[in-house]
Amino acid sequence: MSSEALAHDHAAEHAPPRGLMRWITTTNHKDIGTMYLVLSLIMFFVGGAMAMVIRAQLFRPDMQLVTPLFFNQMATMHGLIMIFGAVMPAFVGLANWMIPMMIGAPDMALPRLNNWSFWILPFAFTLLLITLFLPGGGPQGGWTMYVPFNLQLGYGFPFMIFAIHLMGISSVMGAINIIATILNMRAPGMTLMKMPLFVWAWLITAYLLIAVMPVLAGGVTMQLLDRYFGTHFFSVAGGGSPILWEHVFWFFGHPEVYIMILPAFGIISEIIPTFSRKPIFGYRSMVYALASIAFLSFIVWGHHMFVVGMPVAADLFFMFSTMLIAVPTGIKIFNWVATMWKGSLTFETPMLFAVAFIVLFTIGGFSGVMLALVPADFQYNNSYFVVAHFHYVLVTGAVFAIMAAVYYWLPKWTGHMYNEFWGKTHFWLSAIAANVLYFPMHFLGLAGMPRRIPDYPLQFANLNMVVSIGGFVFGLSQLIFVAVIFSCVRAGKKAEARAWEGARGLEWTLPSPAPYHSFSTPPEIA
Amino acid sequence: MVTRRRAIAGSLTILGALLSAAVLAAPARAASEYNLPYGVTPISHAVYRLHMLAFWMMCGIGVIVFGLIFYSVIFHRRSRHPVPAKFHENTVFEIVWTILPFFILVILAVPAARLLLRMENLRHSQLTVRITGYQWLWRYTYPRYGINVYSRLSNSSLAAVQYGRHLSPYAVPHYLRSVTHPMVVPTGEKIRLLVTGGDVIHAWWVPAFGLQIDGNPGLINAMWIKVLKPGVYRGACNQICGWGHGYMPIVVVAKPPKQFLAWVHHWRATHQGPGQGDFPPHPLGL
Repeated sequence: MSSEALAHDHAAEHAPPRGLMRWITTTNHKDIGTMYLVLSLIMFFVGGAMAMVIRAQLFRPDMQLVTPLFFNQMATMHGLIMIFGAVMPAFVGLANWMIPMMIGAPDMALPRLNNWSFWILPFAFTLLLITLFLPGGGPQGGWTMYVPFNLQLGYGFPFMIFAIHLMGISSVMGAINIIATILNMRAPGMTLMKMPLFVWAWLITAYLLIAVMPVLAGGVTMQLLDRYFGTHFFSVAGGGSPILWEHVFWFFGHPEVYIMILPAFGIISEIIPTFSRKPIFGYRSMVYALASIAFLSFIVWGHHMFVVGMPVAADLFFMFSTMLIAVPTGIKIFNWVATMWKGSLTFETPMLFAVAFIVLFTIGGFSGVMLALVPADFQYNNSYFVVAHFHYVLVTGAVFAIMAAVYYWLPKWTGHMYNEFWGKTHFWLSAIAANVLYFPMHFLGLAGMPRRIPDYPLQFANLNMVVSIGGFVFGLSQLIFVAVIFSCVRAGKKAEARAWEGARGLEWTLPSPAPYHSFSTPPEIA
Repeated sequence: MVTRRRAIAGSLTILGALLSAAVLAAPARAASEYNLPYGVTPISHAVYRLHMLAFWMMCGIGVIVFGLIFYSVIFHRRSRHPVPAKFHENTVFEIVWTILPFFILVILAVPAARLLLRMENLRHSQLTVRITGYQWLWRYTYPRYGINVYSRLSNSSLAAVQYGRHLSPYAVPHYLRSVTHPMVVPTGEKIRLLVTGGDVIHAWWVPAFGLQIDGNPGLINAMWIKVLKPGVYRGACNQICGWGHGYMPIVVVAKPPKQFLAWVHHWRATHQGPGQGDFPPHPLGL
């Protein structure tokens, strides 16, 4: 076949159908990336609405807005939805949009798999959300799903298990696709050590996903078997142990939290150099730090279980290995600061979010080191101190990084600049409200407030009201985010190919908005 | 140069203010709305000291890291620093900030490990109390005395949490932190706690004792306390266990050994026969 014929076939095959069918049948990395991001935004608001219910109930003692049963469902679903529905799909969406453009590829390596891995998700979340309307209600045992309590759930139980299976399948397929793309489709000359750090971060994250999602799938299947098929994996009476579930869950769970933060590290490593007008400091050590964090994530799971009753030797091992994580994480933070050092900084919205990320994520890191100390953890464990810790690393960490990425790449996606004034307003409201929301939680936890309670004694009343007010402001501020995105999609100042003058990287050599197929001929890498 | 000096002076002032606040705050060890309780056991005192050591070390690192970030944000912005530097690596710095944190962590890890070994040393205990968590009450068993105490949310708190009753929680003494029958322990004795769960996982947490322990169904965890001061110490279940998770408080009354024995005799006199261990129906009616 001649090359013209090839080109013709190619165009005919990939002209997108119009209307709904375009989105259902698409194999285009940008369409799929957009769908992931939209799903993530919707789930962010669904999970956020649940957080509003939680904060309204905790606004003052004895509020009685919802029943304890419904409160526990909200606390559990908020966690599941935010983790599996908001943060993870957002990162996969960003990977879909950006990785082919950043490595000089036309599309993802496995486009049909890509379509499937997205379209599983709406069904998974439908399954998960309808449990709220079933007899016995939705999951109530926290996102950690500890047994035996989780086995006491009503009809929602199998729905939750299958929803998690679907999410896992979707994540593993997405991860396979990302690895295949990065390893096979880089433009000639782009060696591994020339890849952008966002691509590196995602390569490592994808391996983590493949390693641990099957562990979770196996674990929840064991729960299903215990409940319906008479096995005793998790019951002492039958020779099992409820602690086995905790080990299985956290062997998945700890790498999982790094799955939610490593891509954020990658995003920040793209944004800080752009607005500092200076190359990233210590590229190699950044890559090695990512790899070390990923490795360590497999040998620290026990730090979630210090009060469960592990042998002293295990407590000590997990304490030391956990503290070790501070070293590569510290390297990353120092490298970002050194990148800013003596740069020529400007503070557009993405940079504001990125700088806030470094500061607030570091606060989450501090409480993380404190939590690693076993004797102190006997006090902190399961208190609001822990709630404060993981919201600092996941909201002002991962979510702020996602928002930074959206503002950073919106001009590339839409061809329009977003409204800088409203972007900055969104940032300042979010950053201030998030601290009003999460900082007092440290105090509540230290003073003895357990997490996942629908009501509390009176000594916690003042701070809980402050926290709730911060929560409402943070929740409402996100409406600005949606408005900025919508108005940017519809109209706005025309964005140039290189939307930010300090931006380097292949995605900025493509016009804005980026063409439907990214690089039909591979670019030259210097 | 003037601006830079001013910035340094400014950050020193802030640092000084923080430190003096720390010095002022240090003696205030009474129950705080904002910090860990100093507690009433040797372990809780040690935990408090470890916590404060870690806290101040993190504050110190925070002052340095955030100081550098804000210095850069203020002085390296384009309006003041229009031409960016070109450097992007420095082996000496990179080695320093890899190795230095390691040593800082060792300063924390050593006392933490020593304290952990002390906490796990259960030898020479003088009394054993078995604690069992149920949905949603606690059972305290004293094998030596054959005593069995069921302890659930007090009726006054219960009245306030009934939906539609609208009794103000402010009218209830120790709202959600009072029980029908407290756990009673002698002061000054090393008490071994054996914790388990009767149905699902619960966690027994009294902040004033500096520890919590999971009660896992079918498994037994051991820990010890030595209460130095007579008093009433309150906590709650700390592992989500269903509907009533927020409504299963813990109250421990510590009495001098003689009064403790008096309590033992009184309990045995008033709660006789095998029936003393009957599992009470739960008034939340669940």
